[in-house]
Order: sequence, then structure tokens, then C-alpha cells
Amino acid sequence: MDSLIDVVLFAFLIVVALAVARGRDLFAGAMLFGMFSLLSAGLFLIMDAADVAFTEAAVGAGVSTVLLVAALSLIGTEERARRRSNFLPLAIVVVTGASLIWGTFDLPPFGDPANPPNHHVVPRYLEKSGEEIGIPNVVASVLASYRGFDTFGEVVVIFAAGVGVMLLLGGRKRHRQRKERGL
Amino acid sequence: MSIASVLLLVGLAVLATMAMALARGLLGPTVYDRILAVNMFGTKTVLLIALLAARSGRSDYLDIALLYALINFIGVIAVLKYFEYGSLGHPHAEEGDEG
Repeated sequence: MDSLIDVVLFAFLIVVALAVARGRDLFAGAMLFGMFSLLSAGLFLIMDAADVAFTEAAVGAGVSTVLLVAALSLIGTEERARRRSNFLPLAIVVVTGASLIWGTFDLPPFGDPANPPNHHVVPRYLEKSGEEIGIPNVVASVLASYRGFDTFGEVVVIFAAGVGVMLLLGGRKRHRQRKERGL
Repeated sequence: MSIASVLLLVGLAVLATMAMALARGLLGPTVYDRILAVNMFGTKTVLLIALLAARSGRSDYLDIALLYALINFIGVIAVLKYFEYGSLGHPHAEEGDEG
């Protein structure tokens, strides 16, 4: 049943991706992107990556849909027709995709018990993290304690990015309001 | 009829429903068809995850199913608010000073 679900979900994924790429209606594209995120989150979950699926669902299907709709409320929902040829972008995408697929050949096979992640430090985490950290979830104790500085750095980066975006957007809005008041 | 075959049948039914919702999302003449299709697709994803949880006996998957249900709701609320007011801000944000 797992392989059946995999095949069907991947088929849906391809159909949705083609529809997003071909469609001219930006609102339909935003809606289909929500479906795309739900599908890929489901695939992550089937591959047992529950935390990645959590993130994909929260960011991809939740926040991205809201952000895309917010952008549509500023720019309208019709895409302008392109006059230039699509050949160069297509070539870049094909080359990038082919090199990414080529890169996956060097990855260890999925779920192999002999993979480095399964016997390097993981046994220690599984055996000791309960008494060393005291958190029942091993992933949480690795993220929040063993790699605490790493996670702290990520939080700082995301916070800086958020502050930067808010400064850029908020600054322009206040400037415009000042202009409207004649200052 | 064993539990496994029942789960398989239900899984197939959910996948078929997902296909139909996907078709409505792709074809949907009006935006409301698409919104409803996405909402339904999200609901079917929740059901599919619950089926996977029942099949593999991992009850922590059910938490993820709950999260998907919540996120689906938020997304639909945002989209409907956009159609009701034309923006995501407060309906009277233009009259106030700061949105």
C-alpha cells in the first residue's frame, strides 16, 4: 500500500506542478501551491520525516498561502503574457534538475541501516540523551541541547531576516503616508 | 474482512477523492471551486495521514493530522478574507493610521 500511495501522490504532485507552471491565473496558482505543499508534506511523512513534514505543512501550506494571497492583493491576479522565448529558462531548469538528480546518486540508499547517520553518533543519542538531557523526544533533545548553539544561530538569522523585511516594507509605507500628508 | 484490507479500501477511496478534488481545483471555473477543492484536498490529506497512523500504529502521526487540519483552516480563512475585503488587513485599515 505504501508504494501505491507513493506513486499516486507523486502523480498528483507532477500534475499540480505542471498546472502551476502552465496556468495564467495567479490565484489558481496560489491555491495549487497549497495543494503542492500538502502533497509534499504527505510524502515527507511517508518517508518517516515527521518534523520536516511539520515544517513543510506550517510554512508551505500555511504561511506561504497567506503570503501569496497577500501579494496577490497588491499586484492583481492576472499574469502578463510573456513575449520572450522560454528556451533559456527551460535549459537552465533542465540542467539544474539533471545535476541535482546526478548528485542524488552519491547519496546512500534510503533507509539502509549501514548509512552513516544510523551508526555514527545516533546510537549514543538514543542511549544517553534520556539521562543526559531529560527530554523524551530524541530529535528535540538533539536540536535544543546537543546542537543548541546551531539552533540559536538559526533563530538569530531568521529574526534578522524578519526584522529586515519589516524595516523594508514598513519604512516604505510610512514614507508614502508622509508624502500623502504633504510632509 | 481483516483490518488491513479495510484500511487499504479506505485508502483507495481517499486517494480517489483526492483525485477528484484535484480535478476540480485544476478545472474549477470560479475561484470558489478552487478554494473548496484546496480545502477538501487538505481534509483528505488529514484522513490519509490518520490512515497511515492506524496502519503503522504510530499515534504521534495523529498530532500531525491535527496540525494539518488547523493550517488548512487558517489558509482558507486568509483566502476568504481576501475575497471579502480585497486585502488581508483589517476591513477598515485604510481609514486608520497604521494598518
